[in-house]
Amino acid sequence: MLYIKCPHCGLRSQNEFSYGGDATVKRPELNKEISDQEWDNFVYLRKSPRGKHLELWQHISGCRQWIKVERDTLTHEIFTTLKSNEEL
Amino acid sequence: MSENFRLDNGGLVNRSKKISFKFNGKKYFGYEGDTLASALIANGVHLVGRSFKYHRPRGFFGAGVDEPYAIVQMNRNNEVDPNVRATEQELFEGLEAKSVNCWPNVDFDIGAINNFLGKFFPAGFYYKTFMWPKSFWHKVYEPIIRKAAGFGAASIKHDKERYEHKYEYCDLLIAGSGPSGLASAYAAALNGAKVILAEDKSRFGGSLLTSEVTIGNQSGQEWSEKIISELKSMSNVIVKNRSQVFGYYDHNMLVMSERISDHLPETEKYTPKQRLWYIRAKEVIISSGSIERPLVFGNNDTPGVMLSSAAKEYLKIYGVLVGKKPLIFTNNDSGYETAIEFKKNGIDPVVLDTRKDPNSEIIKEAKDLNINIKLSYVVVLAKGYKKVSSADIAKISDDKKNISNIVNIKCDCICVSGFWTPTIHLASQSGNKTKFNEEIDAFIPSHSKQNETTLGSANGIFTLEETLKTSFEKGNELSKKITNKENKILVPSVVEKKSSNHDKFWCVPLPKGKNYKRFLDFQNDVAVSDIQLALREGYRSIEHVKRYTTLGMATDQGRTSNLNGLQLVSEIENKVVPQVGHTTFRPPFSPVSIGAIVGREIGKHSKPTRKSPMHYWHEKNNAVFVDAGVWLRPRYYKQGNENLFEASKREAKNVRQNVGVCDVTTLGKIDIKGPDAAELLNRVYTNAWLKLPVGKARYGVMLREDGIVMDDGTTTRISENHYHMTTTTAQAANVLSHLEYYLQLVWPELNVNVVSSTEQWAGAAIAGPKSRDVLQKLFPDLDVSNEGLPFMGYREGNLFGINAKIYRISFSGELAYEVNVESDNGNFMWEKIMEIGKVFNIEPYGTEALSTLRIEMGHVAGSELDGRTIPYDNSLEGLVSKKKDFIGKRSLSKKAYIEPNRQKVVGVIPLDKKTSIPEGSYIVKDSNAKLPNPKLGYISASCWSVEYDNPFSLAIIKDGKNMIGQKLFAMSPLKNKTIPVEIVSSHYVDPKGERVRS
Repeated sequence: MLYIKCPHCGLRSQNEFSYGGDATVKRPELNKEISDQEWDNFVYLRKSPRGKHLELWQHISGCRQWIKVERDTLTHEIFTTLKSNEEL
Repeated sequence: MSENFRLDNGGLVNRSKKISFKFNGKKYFGYEGDTLASALIANGVHLVGRSFKYHRPRGFFGAGVDEPYAIVQMNRNNEVDPNVRATEQELFEGLEAKSVNCWPNVDFDIGAINNFLGKFFPAGFYYKTFMWPKSFWHKVYEPIIRKAAGFGAASIKHDKERYEHKYEYCDLLIAGSGPSGLASAYAAALNGAKVILAEDKSRFGGSLLTSEVTIGNQSGQEWSEKIISELKSMSNVIVKNRSQVFGYYDHNMLVMSERISDHLPETEKYTPKQRLWYIRAKEVIISSGSIERPLVFGNNDTPGVMLSSAAKEYLKIYGVLVGKKPLIFTNNDSGYETAIEFKKNGIDPVVLDTRKDPNSEIIKEAKDLNINIKLSYVVVLAKGYKKVSSADIAKISDDKKNISNIVNIKCDCICVSGFWTPTIHLASQSGNKTKFNEEIDAFIPSHSKQNETTLGSANGIFTLEETLKTSFEKGNELSKKITNKENKILVPSVVEKKSSNHDKFWCVPLPKGKNYKRFLDFQNDVAVSDIQLALREGYRSIEHVKRYTTLGMATDQGRTSNLNGLQLVSEIENKVVPQVGHTTFRPPFSPVSIGAIVGREIGKHSKPTRKSPMHYWHEKNNAVFVDAGVWLRPRYYKQGNENLFEASKREAKNVRQNVGVCDVTTLGKIDIKGPDAAELLNRVYTNAWLKLPVGKARYGVMLREDGIVMDDGTTTRISENHYHMTTTTAQAANVLSHLEYYLQLVWPELNVNVVSSTEQWAGAAIAGPKSRDVLQKLFPDLDVSNEGLPFMGYREGNLFGINAKIYRISFSGELAYEVNVESDNGNFMWEKIMEIGKVFNIEPYGTEALSTLRIEMGHVAGSELDGRTIPYDNSLEGLVSKKKDFIGKRSLSKKAYIEPNRQKVVGVIPLDKKTSIPEGSYIVKDSNAKLPNPKLGYISASCWSVEYDNPFSLAIIKDGKNMIGQKLFAMSPLKNKTIPVEIVSSHYVDPKGERVRS
């Protein structure tokens, strides 16, 4: 079980969190004209890297904040955790 | 048979407490402190089972967790417990156990015929033989093989024992209480670290219990007792015996199983049978020791052949002789220690040493005791079927390739020692890249991946002096880092006998013309010849060889077989062992019972149960409950002998004719506050929200980004910047996370707060033509007229002194109101509604009637909003704004979503107006068409329309818009029904929606 450092609450076990996928995906702005391809890329296409991955987790059984976690998908090593408004 | 093998004194068992037990129906006696194995050996019982493949007789090979043979089926307090190692099971009064893998009994086992057919059972036999004919595997081969295989039978009864889970955090977790575990724990504890010391066995001390050493001025055993009692008295230390750390998982999470009651005749009240500990440790010390390696020779699986360390343990801990005419076969000094113990207890052993001229203090002591030692000698073959009776021994050449001078000598046991294998499982599980140590012919941990440190013989250190020194140092160093305190300890002086180098020899060559079975894996019956065959057939990777031959794949995880298997592969392949590599160690280290893994999360406890504040009223009034997510909701209220169908019909009818009340507490509720609340709703819902006035509610649909409907519900504007959102019961948690996601990550500029208020409000839906009359009497001061409280209106009211929120919204399609009060007042509200509604014939209604009411009104719900449909499919396209953007809007222009013949919800009536259509039925054009019959859609929900008194269903079908009036078929292959139907509008009752506005 992973040990994730919530930037708001500190180190907590994985079972307090839920996984939220790739944190590098940016939602297209509202009301902006974009191509079908761009939209599909946003909705469906995700990379599945072997190694470092910046991902979203939500501390659902804690502060309920969405956080960013830089994790190695191969070794599970966690390098950094960030608040939702912080960038790597 | 029951010859006494117990010494008159010696050992750590409590001779004042005699214990009776049964094995295979026969009664025996042992002492408190015995294991089932030691007690059986004391009674001269060496035949305890049959082997997995050849059904060869099986005895005892080890004295603990390394045991590959002695697996028994336990019967404890009328519960069966399979797969128990007799060497680990402590004896208790009335213990009953029996052999496994034999039929009709262990003495005469029919399966033993496999032994004589051995040449037909080579490696990969099953893969090669049962391939053809293909259809036979499932019906013929597998059932027979299943019946013949296995180490016991699990109970099919509910396990009445209690198992618990516990979470713990510590600075240092130390696995194993031998010298390295004790020393490191003691040093760390003195530095103030929070320490957990876990010992798998019942007794602490590990090798100190059986070795002849002195620490300071005490024996090893006395020293271990002193350290343990000191550790136990310290408040920062948890000391646990019968507790095995079996798994090392990510981020220094280790799992330990504590066997609390398995050694007792029955579990005490309020005590679990076992407890699983999830331990997050800052540092982990692996002091799991080492396991003796076997030597390989002909018929080396005969009962009576066992590890020399096990023979010594039976002697020193249990005061039991494994034989009275022992032959000791060794390639190192450990065998001599066992021989010396025999000699001291009046038994004359013969020692065969593969080495030519070994020299050490231990060997000198053996010589001084006049022990018969034969150098450059090996055992070629063990003789005897159910027990060793003699051995063919021979002289071995200096290059270890040739044997000569074979003679037979009488013996009743053969104690083997092929040197020691460090127990590196936990380090390997943690991700440690192990390395091969040439000096000890075994793998030891190298680079730690997590915070693990391996000490003592688990790290390949076999002298006590060095073990203690490094362990005190490590315990001090690791704890000092955490506590910033240091309490220097003087390492005590150690007296131990020095050993000489071991011989790398491990496998005795076959005499010319002989083809004896020489076993490597004792639990899975894998012999040298099987590995040779696998390599001849082209298997190279050790992982493949393992799977093909099943070497090391048994429940003992190859503790006694792995290294010898590797030696063999590397010899044949002409490689060195490190190139061959070892297979992966995976948790659990030894079997863990399913009950312990599941813990308390069984039955009703497998998920939380949520009850509304009115739950007990429902219970008292004969409600039959149904699981709705984690909630319990009344499905119907039973009157007399009614069944579900009759009751729900009565309840629904009463709503249409009079008035009913339904507990809607379970609906998800989210409180939304902030100046940008309207903007958030406008982006989340498909329809427009910016102009909703205060005091009004609106129905809304929200999508996922892919355009699929996520949820629906009403949201009410309570005040300028305050909204009350409702969600469906099932999606409540997801919708909250969804809102939080957009507020925190996508649109952090929006000034809005959201919080779940589901549990703060108790809700009652009052529905039916007479609901206004009920409401007026509940709130006499309130103007509840159609003008005063119009459809989708919201008011606050005073319900006999308590604050209430009244929403004029309707799911049933009737004139209806939902009244919310604070949860604590829920029952009060409900009873008031029932009391006041009595004159209007109010009746409570459950989820089944609720479904009927919404289905015949054509209101979509969970069965239509099933994660596969877009607004159009549910006839909700009128709620999709063309002007503004919202979550998921861009997806709605996808080609498949705008096709003219896109699926749409419709109503379905059976032509005979009698036959109910099963939910999930397919809609097809021609019921006799060739299979696969093209399906137009499916029935999503069915009910018995109380308005028209005939069945009515909703369906989502292709081109639904243009199908109204068509005569089609509903087919249910599951229920074997074909029903001619007519497609109608989904709005079956009150299609203009007049009632809700009346």
